[in-house]
Amino acid sequence: MKKVDLVCPAGGFPALRKAVDSGANAVYMGFRDSTNARNFPGLNFDERSAAQAIKYAHDRGAKVLLALNTYPQPQSWSTWTDAVDRAARLGIDAVILADIGLMRYATKKYPDLRLHLSVQGSATSAEAIEFYREQFNIQRVVLPRVLSLAQVERVINNTDVEVEVFAFGSLCVMVEGRCYLSSYATGESPNTCGACSPAKYVEWSEGPEGRDVRLNGVLIDRYDQVESAGYPVLCKGRFNVKGKLDYAIEEPTSLSVLDIMPQLIKMGVAAIKVEGRQRSPAYVEQVTSVLRAALDAAESSPDSYVAKPEWVAQLGRVSEGTTHTLGALEREWQ
Amino acid sequence: MSKLALGPLLYFWDREQVFDFYKKAAEWPVDVVYLGEVICSKRRALNREDWLELAAMLKQAGKEVVLSTLVLIEADSELRTMHHIADNDEYLVEANEMAAVQRVAGKKSFIAGPHLNCYNHESMALLNELGAKRWVMPVELGEETLQALIDRRPAEMEVEVFAYGRLPLAFSARCFTARAEGLPKDDCQLRCGDYAEGLLVESQDGQPFLDFNGIQTQSAATSNLIAAVPRMVEMGVDMIRLSPQHLSPNSVLMAQVVNAFAGVLNGSLSVADAEAAIEKVNGSTSLCNGFWYGEAGMDWQPGEIPETV
Repeated sequence: MKKVDLVCPAGGFPALRKAVDSGANAVYMGFRDSTNARNFPGLNFDERSAAQAIKYAHDRGAKVLLALNTYPQPQSWSTWTDAVDRAARLGIDAVILADIGLMRYATKKYPDLRLHLSVQGSATSAEAIEFYREQFNIQRVVLPRVLSLAQVERVINNTDVEVEVFAFGSLCVMVEGRCYLSSYATGESPNTCGACSPAKYVEWSEGPEGRDVRLNGVLIDRYDQVESAGYPVLCKGRFNVKGKLDYAIEEPTSLSVLDIMPQLIKMGVAAIKVEGRQRSPAYVEQVTSVLRAALDAAESSPDSYVAKPEWVAQLGRVSEGTTHTLGALEREWQ
Repeated sequence: MSKLALGPLLYFWDREQVFDFYKKAAEWPVDVVYLGEVICSKRRALNREDWLELAAMLKQAGKEVVLSTLVLIEADSELRTMHHIADNDEYLVEANEMAAVQRVAGKKSFIAGPHLNCYNHESMALLNELGAKRWVMPVELGEETLQALIDRRPAEMEVEVFAYGRLPLAFSARCFTARAEGLPKDDCQLRCGDYAEGLLVESQDGQPFLDFNGIQTQSAATSNLIAAVPRMVEMGVDMIRLSPQHLSPNSVLMAQVVNAFAGVLNGSLSVADAEAAIEKVNGSTSLCNGFWYGEAGMDWQPGEIPETV
């Protein structure tokens, strides 16, 4: 059986080094602009640092993938095509795209450039994947976090395209690529600007009722003195519905597939992905090491595999929130 | 001149309410009616024959009828339903995700729905080559991008803009109505049917923010682009989409919305009067139009109101 690739985030060179040294088979990165969905201040690569990073990874047998997974608009179209050109020039191992116009450009201009369909492309069935394969010869698809485990297996059984699933990290609750909550509140979304709930719209304030955090004026959450406050991603805030205050959409929690690693391998996923290009090199090192160990254990002895308590504890220390979940993979979550 | 379209009904209304609504819609000055369940496959108040009966009735009334497909497809049964819609020989199809595009591509002309993620001219050109004859702009885009795309659109590609109704902002595997009711999705008891206008989500300081409609999250505010209608006409927008809302006896409230837009289009109503009519229909529900101006979607820009088209 072909080995499953461990794909890890590289928000910068230090994180990339940690990922490669800790056992990632591939790293994914973005350029320093709105062409990727982690367009955060201080993150990402220019052409020169990308070249160094690629050399570092390639020298150690790791592949480098480039996320170009936002949706260009006509006014700034050339920014995105320039990014494709740069990726081809740099010898990137694959480009992760979401926009069909950009895929068309890449296919025509660089027929040998390997294309992956980004999770932002929102393909949730084998038939949708077939569209992208037929039109653009995509080699791999990253599945949106909306399918149950059984549905993931159905997709794998019905497509020849490699399937990559998210293994760990912050959880998008909405189907990726088609969520405008962030632009509704701020004018900027992952699709248009490469960021969800952008930091420049975040305001903290102390009030009589607690510590308030707002996103462009919308109160996302209010913490009392003993609660630890998190980043105000707007779908993880506490809101009132029918007079009841709760995490109406989702609580701050991390996705973790540690418990189902052998099942994922058995059903034939080609790669598992770690979220978090915005996270620290220490996070990348920690998560990569644990998932490397778990993947190796599940591949060598699937029947006796158990998620070791120390792995769970290590991941717990770097999780968003204090809990982890299988998300939509588990029907009860839905 | 731009025409009016009635978008697909996003809420889960009773069978009788749906039939009554479309019987009224048959008399309204709308040229196009989009039909079908686009949110959740568990909603089966109307079966396939019911929808086709409504389609036939509306076609008889002179409407162009379009059958819309589900936005988020996860299960095989949902794929099969999409196939039935896509393969029909009588009506146009609005494809709302890529499996539907794959089904119709090269076989028949179709409408590229607002959830397809067509943000640029290259995407539009490709969809056009595959058979798309109309593009519905994603709701988070505004005037500037619309103009840039109209300037570069393929010949005979029609353009449609979502101009009225709570904005469809997000879709999930999770049902938020069921979650708010403390029920698992697999035993949701179709509670979304209890909320004809969705379930309001407010911030802790009482600001209406979002609206849960099953697996869909909408804006709490009603998007209202009526003041931009004259501009849309000038730009050459072919179709102005109004999203069904305001369940009311004899659908009088939605009729008032349709008449406000129709009045601006045919010059019988000033934009200011039309806007006042729409404010009245919405009552305490706030209005928004920020996306059109390239701002946060929830914003409301009063803007300059042109007198007529």
